[in-house]
Amino acid sequence: MSNATLSDKRPSTLRAASLPKWFSWAVAAASVALGLGISAALGLESSIQWALIAGVLFVAGTFGIAARVEGKRQAKDRVATSVVWVAFLLAVVPLASLVWETVSRGVKVLDTYFLTHSMGVVADTEPGGGIYHAILGTLEQVGLATLISVPIGVLTAIYLVEYGRGKLAKAVTFFVDVMTGVPSIVAGLFILSTWILILDMGPSGFAGAMALTILMLPVVVRSTEEMLKLVPNELREASLALGVPKWRTILKVVLPTAIGGITTGVMLAVARIAGETAPVLLLVWGSNFINTNPFSDPQASLPMYIYLQYANSGGSGAAYDRAWAAALTLIAFIMILNLAARGIARWKAPKTGR
Amino acid sequence: MDISTTKDTPLPSTPPPPAAEEKRAARGATRPGDRIFLGLSRGSGIFLLAIMAAIAVFLSYRAVLAIGKDEGNFFTTFEWNPTGNPPVFGIAVLAFGTIVSSIIAMAIAVPVAVGIALFITHYAPRKLGGPIAYVVDLLAAVPSIVYGLWGALVLVPQLDGLYGWLNDYLGWTGIFEWQGGAPRSMLTVGILLAIMILPIITNVSREVFRQVPQMHEEAALALGATRWEVIRMAVLPFGRSGVISASMLGLGRALGETMAVAMVLSSSFEINLSLLDPGGGTFAQNIASKFSEATEMGRDALIASGLVLFVITLLVNGAARLIIARRKEFSGANA
Repeated sequence: MSNATLSDKRPSTLRAASLPKWFSWAVAAASVALGLGISAALGLESSIQWALIAGVLFVAGTFGIAARVEGKRQAKDRVATSVVWVAFLLAVVPLASLVWETVSRGVKVLDTYFLTHSMGVVADTEPGGGIYHAILGTLEQVGLATLISVPIGVLTAIYLVEYGRGKLAKAVTFFVDVMTGVPSIVAGLFILSTWILILDMGPSGFAGAMALTILMLPVVVRSTEEMLKLVPNELREASLALGVPKWRTILKVVLPTAIGGITTGVMLAVARIAGETAPVLLLVWGSNFINTNPFSDPQASLPMYIYLQYANSGGSGAAYDRAWAAALTLIAFIMILNLAARGIARWKAPKTGR
Repeated sequence: MDISTTKDTPLPSTPPPPAAEEKRAARGATRPGDRIFLGLSRGSGIFLLAIMAAIAVFLSYRAVLAIGKDEGNFFTTFEWNPTGNPPVFGIAVLAFGTIVSSIIAMAIAVPVAVGIALFITHYAPRKLGGPIAYVVDLLAAVPSIVYGLWGALVLVPQLDGLYGWLNDYLGWTGIFEWQGGAPRSMLTVGILLAIMILPIITNVSREVFRQVPQMHEEAALALGATRWEVIRMAVLPFGRSGVISASMLGLGRALGETMAVAMVLSSSFEINLSLLDPGGGTFAQNIASKFSEATEMGRDALIASGLVLFVITLLVNGAARLIIARRKEFSGANA
């Protein structure tokens, strides 16, 4: 800063020379125009070409001019700022496109007929049909997985927070972390190797639910653990001081205090497993018919439906339309769960003791 | 109930010192209700460990069955024919494809994610930062099958231009040579994976950047540092290990991603040095695409490849967790 002030022609001012606010925009506009001009003059067709030229011009222009007027350090700052902005805009494009394409292509066939009919009598390449069987399958598989993993997950978290000290607790903590990273296809393969290959059971919604349980457990444990840690110790001590046994303290004082956060965690975990395809592909197989019994025979599920519509479509537009509509339904389901979970978290946030 | 249970262990008249209380809690109390409850919760923890052990044991068991019958070398064979006579299969192609696609994904995603995280915490107008962070959070929840559908039907047709350009200007390197086929190649997979892991890396990095002590930043600013210098000298050094572990978490996802890769890649069992030409495969993708027509031997072979994937992701995630654990200040890795 001092260098810039000294080299400045007006030593009386304390502020270094600075470029006007519109400077970056002007350089950007100029470099885009130049980029377009150069590629037009050289006859380059690719849009990547002029964008690249414009980008190089922009960085060089910003740095050059700012370095002359404001000094080198300010120039670096300006370049860094534009790089960060570009990184952000670069990421917005595909993510916005994903949301936009899913919504705009999904609404085409999404209506009550679509939601209440199965694919039973419709060939994959024909228009018509719906996702009723898939919604049913998803709800049953996810419901079963939730039923298994919530009690085990919450109890594990209670063990870690309320009882756990020593080697076992450390091991559990570490492996819960590691379990979060188990790929869904590996969870599927595990159930495949035991339930189907060794116990010789057929594909069923329950087999899928077991694999989903493996994916859901660590998430439930982690979020419950975080929530239980937030429960102020004074509450526990007050309850214990009244002579309430520890287990009743946990059930009647600790859990009710943290229940909002635990619900949030469970809902986020449900949202995570509702979109899993790989275990369903290996263990439930997918189906075009309504199968209300999750304990035998193949069943459909929303993500599996999307995959089957995509894979078996033979390039037919009708199947793609259905796939997009199912994708929109799935995203809507997951987003509603997410938003509701966050709402509950905010509404029932445990009061942290102070 | 209360009275009957409290009778068993009379409460000490004075509150016990914390150390003694801890000991008692660890041993579990003597009341039957407490003992049952402790048993249940400890049992759940042990059950969780048992699952992890069972995954390793059963996958290894089936894998050993398969590899025992494998006539080729499991690690170096460029072929996948477990039902042939004799059965020959190996994971060389899958390992190559998995590593290449993950490297591409990381090379694209990490810098961009760090950029977005910095944007949210340090550059965006205050009113914008919160909502953007929220939206990125939500995007992390979009299921991979939807990314796959989008990748196959929207992204792939868009990439012709980029591939043509890369071939024109960088084709001489051999890596970016393009024969003109549909752009369903390793580069496409890498780009799609990068988009998929962007939200998670951004989220974790953002959390770390937010925890940079305000004092450090203000001290730098007071010394006359520009915003970039604050970031380079105060924010990035503080957040480095957080960014590394965030990247490892993203890498873990990219390695195990199944459906999106299976939908986008046009796979084959060969190692293709050009990133633009279709071919190759990844562990997870191979399992998903070969599963439906696999016999029992075929399934065992797929399980063997799944075991390798399991071990790799275990190592990557374990390393990420160890880095996180070394920094006690940092929490919230499971956004």
